[in-house]
Amino acid sequence: MAGLMAGFGNFTHAVVRGIPVSLAKEALRGKESEVDVAKARREHEAYVEVLRMRLGLEVVELPADESLPDCVFVEDAAVVCGDTALITRPGAESRRKETEAMKCALKELDLNIVEMTDETATLDGGDVLFTGREFFVGLSKRTNQRGAEILADAFKDYAVSTVPVLEGLHLKSFCSMGGPGLIVIGSSEPAQKALKTMQQMSDHRYDKLTVPDDLAANCIYMNLPNKGHVLLHCTADEFPESVKVFEKLKDHMLIPVSNMEKVKVDGALTCCSVLINKKANI
Amino acid sequence: MTTEAGTETEVKEKSEESAAQPDQSEKATEENQEVASAENVATEGEEKKEKDKEGKGISRFLPPWLKKQKSQSQVPGKETSPTKEAPRTQEAVAKVTEEEEGPAPAVNGHPEEVEEKEEVKLEQKRESPSKASADTQPAKEEKVEESAEKAPEEAKSTAEGEGAEEEKKEQKGEVEGEGEGETLTSIFQSPLRLVRKAKMKLVVCHVTLLDGTEFPCEVEKRAKGQYLFFKVCEHLNLLEKDYFGLTYKDNHEQRCWLDPTKEIKRQIRSNNWQFAFNVKFYPPDPSLLTEDITRYLLCLQLREDVASGRLPCSFVTHALLGSYTLQAELGDYEPEQPRPLDYISQLTFAPNQNKEMEEKILELYMSHRGMTPAQADSQFLENAKKLSMYGVDLHHAKDSEGVDIMLGVCANGLLVYKDRLRINRFAWPKILKISYKRNNFYIKIRPGEAEQFESTVGFKLPNHRSAKRLWKVCVENHSFFRLNTPEPPTKARFLTLGSKFRYSGRTQTQTRQASSLIDRPAPTFERTSSKRISRSLDGAPVISITEAGRDLASSAENGREPNLELPSDSKVQEVELSLGDVEATPTQSHGPTEPVLSQSPLRVHGDNIYVRHSNLMLEDHDKTQEEVLKHQASISQLKRSFMEAPPPSPPQPNQWEKRLTSSPATTLRIQQQQQQVVSVAQTEAAAADNTNSDTKEPGKTTEVEIEETVVIQEVSKATKPGHVTVTMAPPVTPPVQQEVREQEVKAAEEAVALEEAKAGKQESISSESESEEEAEYHPNVAASISHTQIPEEKEEEIEEEKREEDMKVENSYSTPDAASLPTVASQSAEAAAAEAEESRREEERGKKERAEEEERAEERETEESTEDPMVTPDETPNGHTLSEEGTAALVALAEEEKEPKMNGETSLAEAEPRPQVICCSEPPVVKTEMVTISDTFAAQKTEIATKEVPIVHTETKTITYEAAQLDGSADGEPGVLMTAQTITSESLCTTTTTHITKTLKGGLSETRIEKRIVITGDADIDHDQALAQAIKEAKEQHPDMSVTRVVVHKETELAEEED
Repeated sequence: MAGLMAGFGNFTHAVVRGIPVSLAKEALRGKESEVDVAKARREHEAYVEVLRMRLGLEVVELPADESLPDCVFVEDAAVVCGDTALITRPGAESRRKETEAMKCALKELDLNIVEMTDETATLDGGDVLFTGREFFVGLSKRTNQRGAEILADAFKDYAVSTVPVLEGLHLKSFCSMGGPGLIVIGSSEPAQKALKTMQQMSDHRYDKLTVPDDLAANCIYMNLPNKGHVLLHCTADEFPESVKVFEKLKDHMLIPVSNMEKVKVDGALTCCSVLINKKANI
Repeated sequence: MTTEAGTETEVKEKSEESAAQPDQSEKATEENQEVASAENVATEGEEKKEKDKEGKGISRFLPPWLKKQKSQSQVPGKETSPTKEAPRTQEAVAKVTEEEEGPAPAVNGHPEEVEEKEEVKLEQKRESPSKASADTQPAKEEKVEESAEKAPEEAKSTAEGEGAEEEKKEQKGEVEGEGEGETLTSIFQSPLRLVRKAKMKLVVCHVTLLDGTEFPCEVEKRAKGQYLFFKVCEHLNLLEKDYFGLTYKDNHEQRCWLDPTKEIKRQIRSNNWQFAFNVKFYPPDPSLLTEDITRYLLCLQLREDVASGRLPCSFVTHALLGSYTLQAELGDYEPEQPRPLDYISQLTFAPNQNKEMEEKILELYMSHRGMTPAQADSQFLENAKKLSMYGVDLHHAKDSEGVDIMLGVCANGLLVYKDRLRINRFAWPKILKISYKRNNFYIKIRPGEAEQFESTVGFKLPNHRSAKRLWKVCVENHSFFRLNTPEPPTKARFLTLGSKFRYSGRTQTQTRQASSLIDRPAPTFERTSSKRISRSLDGAPVISITEAGRDLASSAENGREPNLELPSDSKVQEVELSLGDVEATPTQSHGPTEPVLSQSPLRVHGDNIYVRHSNLMLEDHDKTQEEVLKHQASISQLKRSFMEAPPPSPPQPNQWEKRLTSSPATTLRIQQQQQQVVSVAQTEAAAADNTNSDTKEPGKTTEVEIEETVVIQEVSKATKPGHVTVTMAPPVTPPVQQEVREQEVKAAEEAVALEEAKAGKQESISSESESEEEAEYHPNVAASISHTQIPEEKEEEIEEEKREEDMKVENSYSTPDAASLPTVASQSAEAAAAEAEESRREEERGKKERAEEEERAEERETEESTEDPMVTPDETPNGHTLSEEGTAALVALAEEEKEPKMNGETSLAEAEPRPQVICCSEPPVVKTEMVTISDTFAAQKTEIATKEVPIVHTETKTITYEAAQLDGSADGEPGVLMTAQTITSESLCTTTTTHITKTLKGGLSETRIEKRIVITGDADIDHDQALAQAIKEAKEQHPDMSVTRVVVHKETELAEEED
């Protein structure tokens, strides 16, 4: 039996969701861009396949909802740590209903559901960086202090520190975990500044892996029973320089995953799944 | 008569070998007698009847006249509550006595005593600086104390039939006193006090233990917190006690830590002798604890923390921790046990416990089958320690914008929470200074890479008390978790108001080292059922510490005795000075408690320092460990005592202790009331010495081992309501300059202020806290101290860098200090005069004279015993100076290397008497000549000197000699002030300032010593001779070093000066 905070990156399940056609036109995005839904769907299928086939996770696939153009980005709807799932209250009004399906799915997975009922709180899962020892919550356009507080309440075991997100959509728009104690961080100034903040706020030491492209810093780390360190990251087509950096990680199983279309609507790799460890804590 | 040092050492050895042969100690026969009596005291601490007799024994040591005087002297200061002081004095006496009897402990069958002795001394001398010893002292010491305290009263109660005998003893005591500085203290006992004390009562303390049970403990009413704490630890069979403490509720229903060094009675205020035994410092890694029993107690505390909600955790964690609790308490799950859930539901595991949780607990509990209780506890701790709020002590506060926040103090630093969120964190290394003023709490932050300047962050606490509590907690946590050894006591040079509070216990490093020596079979203990806990949680106000309560509680008041406050106040200031050196400009550092945004050009240094620090720390640590291990074999039989006694690493700590012991400040603190007299006496004695030396050649003056710093400290301490002989006062116009005078005045004023403050404090403890409106603490400096303390000669760079500024400061002060001495003395004398009556004074004088004699004798002895008389005297004083500034390390080094023989005691004795400065009302300086031997910064120095010596100069001459070898690398490296001595005669005033700079270059350490000798006087000075003399001396003193630079700066004043 694992103790508290053991097994970082060990996941058994993943919750994903389909891409609605409405994504092309209605999904929120930072800057105008044309999205090819078919292409995005192919991309997403490949992504899910990696999770399911390559990594052997049990994937729960929620159907797309046309009324929720951003619904594919399930990460924002819930934060799961251990066997507790916090159903968020997304910062974007149009996305609030995305949590309903997520809540049902997570309930089915027998997680302890905590809901964010406070009307003043907003939190996008994309602003939540869990390092294995603590949470960093980006205070961004989508996430406010109250949302972070509720998260802290939901995960009492862990320290929850807030990090101002000055640029970009989410905290994880320019960083993510690349391993236990390893933060992958973009090289932009806001990204570096955020990293500094995180390092200062933490009692733990983190190594950093700086990649030239902020977007490339969003990757998915897992530590799977038979595979060891696994890292899903951007492809060389997208960010060749950053990929070179990832390739220096000798201990990791590196799996490039294309994300060219979804990135146009500010979707990153982590955005498209909620990872769960059903046997995580106890 | 042998010096204390020698005796002590010998005694120790003996005691180690054969505990039962006190008589063989090399002390005089009288001493033996004393010993015997002392032994009795010690032994009988617990037995009342015997105590009575013994008590007399102690009182015997006190000559009646001495007693009288003592009482008188005290009276002025504490008119309001003279009785209060009594106990302390008595304690001191007791301790002294004990100390003097090296063998006594052995005889008593307490081999530990040997170890303790040192501590006792420490304690006595500086009361709490080496909390290490203090806190950790085994109960026996306390017993001794107690008995001592009781003794007096009993003596009184006992008829005076034994008068004759007593007299004899008294005389002996006197003799002793002459021989040993410490004894002086004892001599000046107040018989009045003793008498008043008459009926000392025993009080029953009720200590709620972690398992919810109550431990009634009878203590003498004047017992210190320590005593009770040790009693409790003894009851619990706990050796690793440094993580724990006792709490009580103050008038505001807030939990406070019982200060081990203070009397219980004076802390609790109300007559509510209710305490709780709690974890004070949560070990970050409980697996490093040595004993299961310690872990068990930590578990108990954490269970309570968790159950009360103080340590928040998730549902799952609650369940997990609960399951381990069951496993530990009940053993394997018994399937046939009926309705286990019913049982579980009777226990409190979580604030919001429900059926679901209980089921989960049961489920997990069943899975722990086969786990031993100890394993279950370990698992419990392994999980609990990961909780984010583990060991975090929360305090309510507001930020600068009035927003409610929480400040959390923990092992790593200071955390800032807004609601549940961590919004900032200041690791200890980032914090340059911690201070509070009224209800404001400030931390000065080391600038980051980007920033150029330090910034000060301020928080508003609900009230002054809470600000102080927070500050104390910070000081303690920083000291415990981040220092290798507790911050040394600082001396009062320039006095400041404020709390002198410092953590006086052992640091985590020390306690770990000590624990590693624990060599006893794992004690058996019973794990009591959590049921008890839950019960107590429900109803017992004692054990349930609410969040608020806890906050308060953690604001331990480990302060020193009120009396001691003066010295530490000054300490604060000094620390600041040193800090200033480290990070900023000296001027700034002077500005006392006000954390100001400072822009320090030296900033970079600070950072570097820090980094090196860490390295240093590691290295030192390792070495220490090694040494400890080595030492282990030889002291195996003393392991237990060692464990409880002094700071763990025998070699270094010993040095450390010695140094501390030798520190005048320490002495002063301990002596407190008595000390004034002593100091005066010493001063006079020293004066005599000085006179002698003065008559010598100016150049020779350097040889006279006079410590300015020491003197000043002494004097400042003397400012207490003691009686300073007026004789000292008159010749107060030192042949120095206006600046100097200003300084003097200032000092005097400060002294007065302090006196007043002190008086207030003595009246009531509560007032004490109030009076401390502000205080500062410089974590980094402290850290450096601890690191540097380790006798590694090489890596002193840190110090030096810091010193850079320091030197300047020092320089500017050194002269004034010396000059100010007399003034202060006179001041204190005046004060004393005002308070004391003439008749008393006369008595005092008589005593002083005696003291003088003693002092001199001691001095001589000391010199003889010291290998290098020249060095030793200098160094001892240096130690003070350094420690004040956070440079303690150097001193330690020096002492270790050069004066193995030198015992803390010895040095003490010398240090105090020496510091005599004779100031004559002779006409001020007419000519000034400065001879400077320095390496790099000579020029700089000269300038400073010129500035600081505002002489009317008509003629200036500078001669510089510089060795060719001097390389550019010596670009004004910061140095460490080693000594500052001033000798003043009628016609000459010679000030010698020594800075030592050590640099690490390519792995080689380079030591540079800079001496600045300022000779001021109206006599004709042969500067050539002075120079030659200085160089010669320098070479003699440091044969292995070469003189690289000599600067002679001569200022001759032709004009006539005012008188």
